[in-house]
This record gives sequence, structure tokens and C-alpha cells, in this order.
Amino acid sequence: MELKGRKFMGYRRDNGRVGIRNHVIVLPVDDISNAAAEAVANNIKGALALPHPYGRLQFGADLDLHFRTLIGTGSNPNVAAVVVIGIEPGWTTKVVDGIKATGKPVVGFWIEQNGDHNTICAASKATREYVQYATELQREECDVSELWVSTKCGESDTTSGCGSNPSVGDAFDKLYDAGCTLVFGETTELTGGEHLVAERCATPEVREKFQAMFDRYSEVIDRHKTSDLSESQPTKGNIEGGLTTIEEKALGNIQKIGRRCRVDGVLDKAETPDKPGLWFMDSSSAAAEMVTLCAAAGYVVHFFPTGQGNVIGNPILPVIKICANPRTVRTMGEHVDVDVTGILSREINMDQAGNQLLEMMLRTANGRNTAAEALGHREFVLTRLYESA
Amino acid sequence: MSIDFVVHDADDSVGVVVVEGIQAGQTLTGWVMHQDQTVTFEVLDPIPIGHKLAIRDLAEGDTVIKYGVDIGRVVKPINKGEHLHVHNVKTKRW
Repeated sequence: MELKGRKFMGYRRDNGRVGIRNHVIVLPVDDISNAAAEAVANNIKGALALPHPYGRLQFGADLDLHFRTLIGTGSNPNVAAVVVIGIEPGWTTKVVDGIKATGKPVVGFWIEQNGDHNTICAASKATREYVQYATELQREECDVSELWVSTKCGESDTTSGCGSNPSVGDAFDKLYDAGCTLVFGETTELTGGEHLVAERCATPEVREKFQAMFDRYSEVIDRHKTSDLSESQPTKGNIEGGLTTIEEKALGNIQKIGRRCRVDGVLDKAETPDKPGLWFMDSSSAAAEMVTLCAAAGYVVHFFPTGQGNVIGNPILPVIKICANPRTVRTMGEHVDVDVTGILSREINMDQAGNQLLEMMLRTANGRNTAAEALGHREFVLTRLYESA
Repeated sequence: MSIDFVVHDADDSVGVVVVEGIQAGQTLTGWVMHQDQTVTFEVLDPIPIGHKLAIRDLAEGDTVIKYGVDIGRVVKPINKGEHLHVHNVKTKRW
């Protein structure tokens, strides 16, 4: 499949980035502003609230990550406009100012000295205006190289490693050649295959940074573990699906980065890359956390291969599910966007499977709702680094 | 020919069952993906879809190879054709 030069209809934002969705979001800065944010989204049809449980008494790197994730989410080109609601003006304004750098409409409201009623009323008026603004924006022709594509797998089993994950790998090799901006992560789930990722790093500097990130995360596991992590990593679902050890899971996992593309750089959690290529993001391996970090880093479409059937979605990042396990496709087919069971029955080869993924990616970019979008999966899960102050 | 299990690489210790309902005593057909070869032999245990069978005899302490890479150590002897999983293989990492 010749991907170079393929076009899709996307939303071009003021900062030049291209989105494939056009959400107006109501973004709480903190847990206690969720009720107001949800009330606003309930008042104004077409707006989406993104409730989450954090944002109070965080400090240091953990607080930096909180702001980076919220600002990144609001800045994502799949978002047309943002209404921010916090308990007080200081941190609310910080999030508003961060998103404002993209040039998109954003405004903040705070609850102290106003109460929920007045805040909801004022924020609802602004949200209505934003929805009416956003619904007039038109899609325009964009080049495939303008797509930022992320990947993370979940509820993996052995069919992931021989079917769905290498089909993503095939697609990633082709996207890399087409000049797209790609990312993978799941630091702990490289354990046993980290040397293979290190070999794929483009330069000694990138390799050194990757190894430092991997070693740091491994130390966290060593410090806190009370067992061999069986049933956590691999998960109980992975074990049910036939995966035996973290090494086996990792070797299946890294099939997602294909065979040809090189790791051009590394990112901290929710950090935005500054050039095309394949990036490694130091991240949790928990599905909703990782996908939320990809969305915050600016990725606009996601490949999610699954074996046993992880049902995850994201509020702003369309998650395309790929499955090679015939039992999962039979029992929970409504969650599967691309059925690649034909790989294991030898009805299709990997090149054909990769092409199927790319066609589904372009259809999704043009507006087709993914299974997770249609089913209302909007898991928005912030990563925490340590306890609150 | 329909495939009952796949093997990533000819040097691997294990194959992955990719069909449902495999019973002990069945003769299975496997596809070695990397070398694109076909192998057949008898399975000794019922094996659920997605689970692994040993494709060579393994002794306690042996390293299990899949994708041509170390995926853990054998903690109980495993015969060719037997179910290989968490009851007889453990991680070397954690």
C-alpha cells in the first residue's frame, strides 16, 4: 500500500496541527470541580466533561505532570475549544494560559466566591458559544504525514504477539516511511525485550536516555514489589489468555514497533515531540493511563491491539481496536474495529493486515466513530507519581 | 491445511494454540511463522486457545525460548506436547 500522498479530511487548528475530531471539552482542574464541569456538559449538548480524581495538594514533578496532562489534553488538535473549571483562580488560570498558546478558544471559571450555581451558569454560556463556534468549523484536506499516531496494547494474550501487535508493527513501518509522528511506551512491559528496543534506537544518545528511563522504572518495581508480580504483570487476564511471564508479554508488546522504523527520541510522560518519527514515551502500562498520556502529548489517533478484549476508549483520542483472537472477536465483536484473525488462519499475510489497519485509520480520521467512541468509552485517567502533600 | 498452533521461530521451545477446543491426544498442525514451515505432532493435554504447548522436552532449570528470545525458566519438567504455563514456568526478571 502506498501511503505517501494519501489525504484525509481533518480540522486544521490555528497552530498548524491537524485534528480528526472537533470536541468542545469542559475540563476540571481538580476533583472537586467535577460536579460543576459535568453539570455544564449536561446543560450544553455537544460538550464533553472530562472528570478525574486529582488536582489537589500535588507538588513537584507530580504536579508538573498534572498540569502537563491537563494543558496537553486541552491543546490536543482533536479539541476545538476548552472551558476550564477549578476551585480557585490560580491553578485554573495556569491551565487556561497553557492551552491559550495553541490559539484556540479557551476560558476559565472558578468556584470560590461564586459557588457552583453561578459558575455553572457562566461556564454554560461560554460552552454554548464554543459549541456553536466549533460546529461551524469545516474539515479540510490534509496529508497523511500530518497524522500523529500512538499505540498501546491491552488485555494481551499470545495472539497479540503473533497477530494483532505485528499488524500494528507493519502499519507503523509504513507510517514511519510516510513521515508521520508515532509513539509507543509501556516502560515496564518492555522487561525482557528492552535490549531489542535499545538496539532500535537511532543514536547512542537516544539509547542512553531510553536505558536510563527503563532502569529508573525497574527500580520502582524492585523497591515496591512484594512478589514476582504474578497477576499484576502479567495481569490475571493475560495469564488467562496464555501469557506466562513478563518477558513473553514484552516480546509480544514490542512487535508493535515493526521491523524497520527506528526509535528517534524519548519523551517524558505527556511530553510533546518536536519532530516526526517514532518516539518512546516513559509511561505506565495501564491502558487508560497510557492512552491519556498519548492524548496529552498531542496524538490524534490510536492503535490498540487486544487479545482477551480490553474495552478502553478515551474522551478525545479515537482508539482503534485490533484483535487476532477468534474467541474474542466472536464473544465481544462490538469492541473490535479491525478483525485480523485471518493472520493466524493464514488467510491474510502481515502486509495485508497492516493495510487493513491503515485503511481503518484513514476512515477514522475522516470521521468514522470507533467501537469505543460508539460505545461511550471515555476513560480519562491521570498518572500520579507519588502521594499528595 | 488449517492451523492449530503457531510457532514464531523454528528454534523456539513453544507453540501457541490458535483454535478452540484442543483435547489431549489430538494430532495438531503447527505453522512455524519465521521459516514458513509446517509441523505436526500429538498434544498430551487439553490446551485452551492462546495457551502454549512445549514443542520439545524441557528439564527443570531450562530456559524457555519464544521469538528466539528467553521468556523464563522451567520450574517443573515439561514433555513435548504438554501444556506450558505458570504452573511449570516462571519469570527470571521479577
